[in-house]
This record gives sequence, structure tokens and C-alpha cells, in this order.
Amino acid sequence: MKRPNAPAKSGIVDRVRRFEIQGLGAVGRGRNVPYLLLGIALILFPVLDSDSSHVNVAADAGHWILLALGLNIVVGYAGLLDLGYAAFFAIGSYAFAIMASGQFNIHISFWILLPVSAFIAALFGVFLGAPTLRLRGDYLAIVTLGFGEIVPRVFRNATPITGGVNGIVGIDQPHLPSILGWSGKFGFNPVPWYYLILAVLVLSLFLINNLRNSRLGRAWMAIREDEVAAAATGINTVTTKLLAFALGASFSGFAGTYYASKLFLVVPESFSFQAVSVVVLVMVVLGGMGNIRGVIVGAILIYFIQTYLLIQLPNWISSATAALNIDFLTKLDIASYVQRSNYLIFGIILAGIMLLRPQGLIPSAQRKAELELGTSEEAVADLGSA
Amino acid sequence: MRYFVEQMTLGLTNGAIYALIALGYTMVYGIIELINFAHGDIFTVGGLIGLTAIGLLGLDHAPPALVIPGVILVFAVAMGLNGLVGVAIERVAYRPLRNAPRLAPLITAVGMSFVLEGIIFLLKGPNDISYPNLLPSGRLNLGLASIGISNILIVVIAVILMVALNQFIQRTRIGRAMRATAQDRDAARLMGININRTIAITFFIGSALAAAGGIINGFYLETIRFDQGFRAGLIAFTAAVFGGIGNVVGASIGGFVIGIIIALVTGYFQGGGQWSDVVVFSILILTLVFRPTGLLGMRVPEK
Repeated sequence: MKRPNAPAKSGIVDRVRRFEIQGLGAVGRGRNVPYLLLGIALILFPVLDSDSSHVNVAADAGHWILLALGLNIVVGYAGLLDLGYAAFFAIGSYAFAIMASGQFNIHISFWILLPVSAFIAALFGVFLGAPTLRLRGDYLAIVTLGFGEIVPRVFRNATPITGGVNGIVGIDQPHLPSILGWSGKFGFNPVPWYYLILAVLVLSLFLINNLRNSRLGRAWMAIREDEVAAAATGINTVTTKLLAFALGASFSGFAGTYYASKLFLVVPESFSFQAVSVVVLVMVVLGGMGNIRGVIVGAILIYFIQTYLLIQLPNWISSATAALNIDFLTKLDIASYVQRSNYLIFGIILAGIMLLRPQGLIPSAQRKAELELGTSEEAVADLGSA
Repeated sequence: MRYFVEQMTLGLTNGAIYALIALGYTMVYGIIELINFAHGDIFTVGGLIGLTAIGLLGLDHAPPALVIPGVILVFAVAMGLNGLVGVAIERVAYRPLRNAPRLAPLITAVGMSFVLEGIIFLLKGPNDISYPNLLPSGRLNLGLASIGISNILIVVIAVILMVALNQFIQRTRIGRAMRATAQDRDAARLMGININRTIAITFFIGSALAAAGGIINGFYLETIRFDQGFRAGLIAFTAAVFGGIGNVVGASIGGFVIGIIIALVTGYFQGGGQWSDVVVFSILILTLVFRPTGLLGMRVPEK
């Protein structure tokens, strides 16, 4: 990944060698030191920072990172544009909410439901993917968009099951045996939530990293770069894409369980295209499709912009204009414009990144080469006519 | 029967608007195989340009004799300007990516959709903006049921535009260039067709039709909102896919069919209004799964 200037159209032997070099580099000693330090810093963070609101922000950012990592499998690795990722997030959240709340008086433990709702989300990934994954890339994007619109509407309308517009309130929380003077209850204390999402993230990173370098991961990337060629080398493209879809969905299932439990409630409005699908896509595209570090940075950056910058900036501007006391500036009311520029900022990031730096902030070497070389006649297998 | 006619009128009227948007989707997809995600918002922009023109001309207070030429002028101005908006978006956001992998322009298109929504949001705020209805308000009594004259006018305007578009594509030199470019861009270029200009013209026409749809929608609903293009665009895209994407006649028919389906689901089922979108998007998915070529579409060869 440290070789951005890889020769264009290098021979297959060179490319394989590059793979090997990267692989060795990743396990080589010394390179892990910064990560080790980062890990220690992350573990100590709630202890060192006594302001629990900061810990809470970090805990909330965690589930966005998880979502971005999941979408990255679909978009970044397998090259399938999923515009309805919110649907799986919603399914995960509601699956947990229904089975762990007063809604039907079912109270299954959080720890059991965490994998269960991820599995349910993955199942819906297969359910949607199985008939549609043989479609061309852009058709698939629209199918997922349609699915992403259907799911929240179903949850909003199926009032007897999902509580309708009001959603489900009073969702159960995880319990642990009390240790070190901590009661084992999560509640509104952000610290245990922070450690929980940190643990889930570490586990996910371990999984994704191994997946990426596995036979399956290489098959994903082969499909992304040339589906016909991948099929010709014996990759079962439908199964491989389906696995990307299901695994990507399962991560949003994890995230959904965490989200529903932490927030205490689920409402259909929080799973709209604008609120989730696009936001997560922006995170992945901004950071660098196909690159784990890039995606994490992208997720944190977007989360920061959304929850801090866009909320604080108007205050700073209005206090600045008030301090300057220039009538003209006060009348312009720039602050209210900034506050409302969420859409615009996301749009500019999405379009701007694709136009100016399609590889994202932290590019994945392969993805970069692919995007820059780019072929006008991208081959897409049409199994329908095969 | 009266109820049925009312529902059908509603469906045809909404369908006319969806069809006008669907034409833009289908034309752009036909020529460069891009789902122009921003098209729904171009529709909103067109409606807003129309609203501004109406305000500038003072048409909502004008004497009745001036309304008809005024409205025609508003349509002309809004369609022209909105066409330029479409051309500008193509120039800035899609042309540089014409040889990039397919997902790249699609992501830019989602980005442009948000840019347009963001600009409208900044300028006009989050709420419904009221829109004057300049269509005549009388009703035509047909014995069994009465139909609003405005409904008839909307369908007539839309059909006129569709027929004109079809004639343009089939009969004129530019239309032939468009068809040639859609069929084989490289061969068309070798025949001396200016590809960039032809694609720009396609965007111009698609956006102009969306502006017509936007104004009609404003007249009909008497409101306009910054994010109306998202849902309308998705429904219109469904119509385009349903009719056979790339096919102009298919998109027109698809628009009417989808409009009627929504009206019937809303009108005949308890709480159907809540489910109409679910039905439409299910139609989208099912069409793509079972008949990706739509009603009238040809099999598009994989390139």
C-alpha cells in the first residue's frame, strides 16, 4: 500500500510480487508499533479524559465506523454500489428491538442477539442479493436504493409489530457481571458502551483484514476489476458477490444492535437514505474505497463534520460576526446558512472526490490503479444470457 | 364508477408528471448508460425557475387575458434555463468521467443530486413553498363523473411534449445523431457526429422536459419543496425501467402506468397511501429481476 506509483499495467508476475511484498510488510515487525500505541491510547482514552460527553461521542462514532467497514466490503472490495445500506442497518436494529424490549415482552440477552440480528441482516442481504446480483452494476445500485426505501416504510407502516411512527421504546441493554466496582449495567454511562464498540471494532478489523487477504477477498477484488475475467478464472461470481453482500449486511446488523440498545429506541425516520445510506457511502468514498484505514478515517471525519463542525461552526461564526459588529455581516446571517449546508457538503464531497481524487483520501493501491487506468468498456458479466 | 374515474384522473395526471421526468432518465441512460441520479433534483430546480419567472412576471396577479401567453413564456424560459443547468452538470460532473469505471459517474451523480438539493435548501429553506396554480379551475361534466379541466390540460401538455420529442428523435438530424450515439458511440464519431455536443443536447432536452414537469407539478400540487425530487425521481426512474429504459415511448407509457398504480393503490386499499411507495419500489425491483428490459425495451448488448 506504500507504493502509489506502481507501474501501470504491470505484468501479472509483478503484481503478484507486489501482493506478496505488501503481505509481508503487514506482518513485519516495527510497522505495528504505531498501531500498538494507538491501541493503548484508545484503551486509556476514557480513563484519561474525564469528560464523559467526549467518550459518548467516541462511542457513537464507533457504530458509524462499523457501518463504513461493512459497506466497504460491498463497495470497496467487491465493487458493488449499494445505495440502500440503511435497510440492513434498520433490519438489524429492529430485529434486536423486537426481541429485546417490552414490545412483545420478549427479553433475549443482548449477547445472544448481537450475532443473531447480524445473521438476520445477512439473511436479508442474501434475500435481496440472490435474485438481483446478476444485474449490471448500475441496475444493482437502483435495486438496493429501492430496497433501502422499502424497508423503513414497511417498518413505519407495520404498526402492530414495529410500533409505527413512534417506533419501539425501552429497548433492553446489555448486562455483564459486576467487576472492579462496576455494576455491570450499561445505562447512560458511555464508558462501557465505548469499550463494547471498541471490542466489536477490533474483532471486525481482525475479521475483515483476514477476509481481505483470503481467497474470498482476492476473488472480490478480481470481480471488481474485471468480472468476465474473474468468471473465466473459475470464480463463481454470483456466490462471491452474494457473500460480499451478506457479510456487508451482517456488519450493519452488529451496528444496528449496538445502536438500538444504546439509544434505547428505534424510529423508522433514522434509517432514511439521507440519514444513513448516503452518509456511510460518503465515509467510504471520502476515505478511500477498499482501504480499511482510509474508511476509518473517512468515517471519523464525516462523523466529526456532522455532529461537531456543522453544529459548532454557526456558533463560532455568529459570535465572530457579533464581535466584529459589522451590520452587513450580521444581516447576511451566514451562521444559519452553514447550519443548513449538510446536503451541500456531502454532495460536494461525493462529486468532488470522484472527480478530483477518485481513490479517496487514503487510497488503496489497487483501487487507485484501477480508477486511474479505467477502461471505457468495463466488462460486466451478464449471466442472464449465458 | 365516479370514484374510479376520479382515481384514474388522478393517476393519469400524476403519471403525466412522472412520465415527463422519466423521459430525461431514459434518454440519458440510452445515450451514455448513466443513471442520472440528479435528474429528480433537476426537476425541482426547473419548478423553482418557473416559480421565479412567474413571480418576476407578476403572473399570479395578471389579468386573465395575459395569463396564457405568460404561462407559455414561463414554460419556455424555465425549460431553456433548466436545460442549461442539465448541460452544465453534464459538463462538470459526468464528461470528465466518461471513460472511468461505471460506478464513478454514478457516485458523482448522487453527489450532484445532493449539491442541487443543498443549494435549493440554502436558498429556499426546508419548508413547502406555495406555488400559484395558473391552470383553469373549471370542471368538465361527463355525466358519469366530472373531470377537472386542469387535469385534462396537464395530460394534453405532457402528451404534446412527448409526441414532439418522439418526432424530434425520429425525424431530425440531431435526433438521428442521438440514436446513432446511443447505438455505438465510436462508430458515430467516425461518421462525423460530434459526440460531446450530441450528449449535451440530450441532457438539455431531458432537463427541459423535467422543467415542464416541475412547473406542472407546482401548478397541480400548489407547493414545491427542496427534496421533492428524490421521491419523484425514484418513481419516475421506476417508470423508465418499467417501460424499458432507453426507450422514449416506454418511459411515457411507464409514467402513466405507475401513476395509475399509485392512484389505485392509494384509492382502493385501507391505508394504501402509506404503502403506495412500497408497491412502486417493489415493482422496480421485480421488473429489474424478471424483465430488466422492461415493457418495450430492447435487449441492451453488454459492452
